[in-house]
Amino acid sequence: MLEGLAMPAPDGDSAPFWNGCEEGKLMLQRCDGCGQASWPPGPVCASCGGDRLTWVESQGRGTVYSWVVVAVAFTPELADQLPYAVGLVDLEDGVRMVTTFEGCEPNEIEAGMEVEMRFDESREGQRLFCHVPAGSDRGSR
Amino acid sequence: MKAAIAGVGQTEYSKDSGRTELALACEAVDKALADAAIPRAEVDAVIRYDWDRIDELSLATHLGLKNLGWMSQAGDGGPAGNAIIHHAAAAIEAGLATTVVCYRALNGRTGPRIGHGPGEASGAEAFQMPWGMVSPVTQFGQFARRHMVTYGTTSEQFGAVAVAARRHASHNPAAVMRGPMSLADHQASRLIADPLRLFDCCLETDGACALVLTSAERASHGPNPAIEVLAGAQASGPGGAAVVFRDQLDVSEATHCAADLYRRAGLGPADVDVVMVYDHFTPFVLFALEAFGLCERGEAGAFAAEGGIEHGGRLPVNTHGGNLSEAYLQGLSHPIEAVRQLRGEAALQVDGARVALSCAASAGTASAVLLRGAG
Ligand SMILES: [Zn+2]
Repeated sequence: MLEGLAMPAPDGDSAPFWNGCEEGKLMLQRCDGCGQASWPPGPVCASCGGDRLTWVESQGRGTVYSWVVVAVAFTPELADQLPYAVGLVDLEDGVRMVTTFEGCEPNEIEAGMEVEMRFDESREGQRLFCHVPAGSDRGSR
Repeated sequence: MKAAIAGVGQTEYSKDSGRTELALACEAVDKALADAAIPRAEVDAVIRYDWDRIDELSLATHLGLKNLGWMSQAGDGGPAGNAIIHHAAAAIEAGLATTVVCYRALNGRTGPRIGHGPGEASGAEAFQMPWGMVSPVTQFGQFARRHMVTYGTTSEQFGAVAVAARRHASHNPAAVMRGPMSLADHQASRLIADPLRLFDCCLETDGACALVLTSAERASHGPNPAIEVLAGAQASGPGGAAVVFRDQLDVSEATHCAADLYRRAGLGPADVDVVMVYDHFTPFVLFALEAFGLCERGEAGAFAAEGGIEHGGRLPVNTHGGNLSEAYLQGLSHPIEAVRQLRGEAALQVDGARVALSCAASAGTASAVLLRGAG
């Protein structure tokens, strides 16, 4: 997990997600009307327009959709954390999220690769998740 | 009443203007008005980028523009360039304005640098930045990767876009980067966000651009050939601000924009003689060529690698050198170059160019204008 990056101020739409992260849970909204999960958090279902959304826990499993391997430090805090792989994971729940891919070398990442979610345990401040290859016994760095 | 571009203007492009963005904006607008031989007093509308730090009232105050009757702006960074021209033409065609100034002023190198520093994790960025998606290149690289995964596009094909831009810029006295660049140079440039290398990324430039639009009839009496705005279009595509969460990163939102553009103009891709593409990153030239029907989907990489986009190739692209080698004025130097091509006065002229497409398939939103010369 990367350290030292700007963290957002949770608002009324996103607070349950960020609070879930603090407890090591990935929380998503699912529409009571059409059953679609939606992301990022918001007041209305982007699929059907319904406004009754329920927060549910995701297991965080999915597949790699895209990624880049960042080789330059865009903020000073990142200088000793390079390179890192940031990309997009398609969760089984039906949403696409930004994550970091850890637990493998960046050149081992492939589109469609199955990944699992890990929460950091030690970090100061907001807890976050990353994704590692499915079945990996290697945790996040 | 069709609209036309009557005048274009630009400041020096540099890495250190030593001047305020207000001074740059005023110079570019004055040059565009002088080019059109239209006095300041006749300007009744101003349209700007919503990112521009010089708002229309500041410009009006310092240029002495009185009684503006139409003020608006277009958004989302680079696509605003074609969009403000589209909006200007729409206002003229609707009879809401007669003489419209469009501008972009940016100390992009010595002022606040886009994509550097921590930024603010708000809106959709709140769900990107904490994981290190902190700069445009880390977002747009996701699209580049998907083009590679889906179509087999290669870094060398991205490089062909950069090399063509540099070759074109070498003929352009206004270009910031004119020295030679080979494909090997591109491949040797350092990785920024793999798969994107330094030479896949646009420049950062200080400068300003401006255009003046009026009715085609009035422009035809000016000192320059009137450049008619045949049509314009914008498209958000699915996903809006949360671009990286959209369904397909390997298909451009500009596909929707292209359909509207060609239908409104009554023309098709085969009618286009020269193309200007917003090239913040090399892969987006490929996305645009595919979205606007100039290449089959997935084939733009090979087309670029074969030299198809070079001056002398089947479809010259960014004959000024683009954002990659001429200057980064966030896409407003592109329609200016389109105008010069259609006037027949470009530094690297495409013989017989009569219809020009200026477009942006930026991944955020898309925009385009289709322009026609008098010839
Ligand atoms: Zn729904």
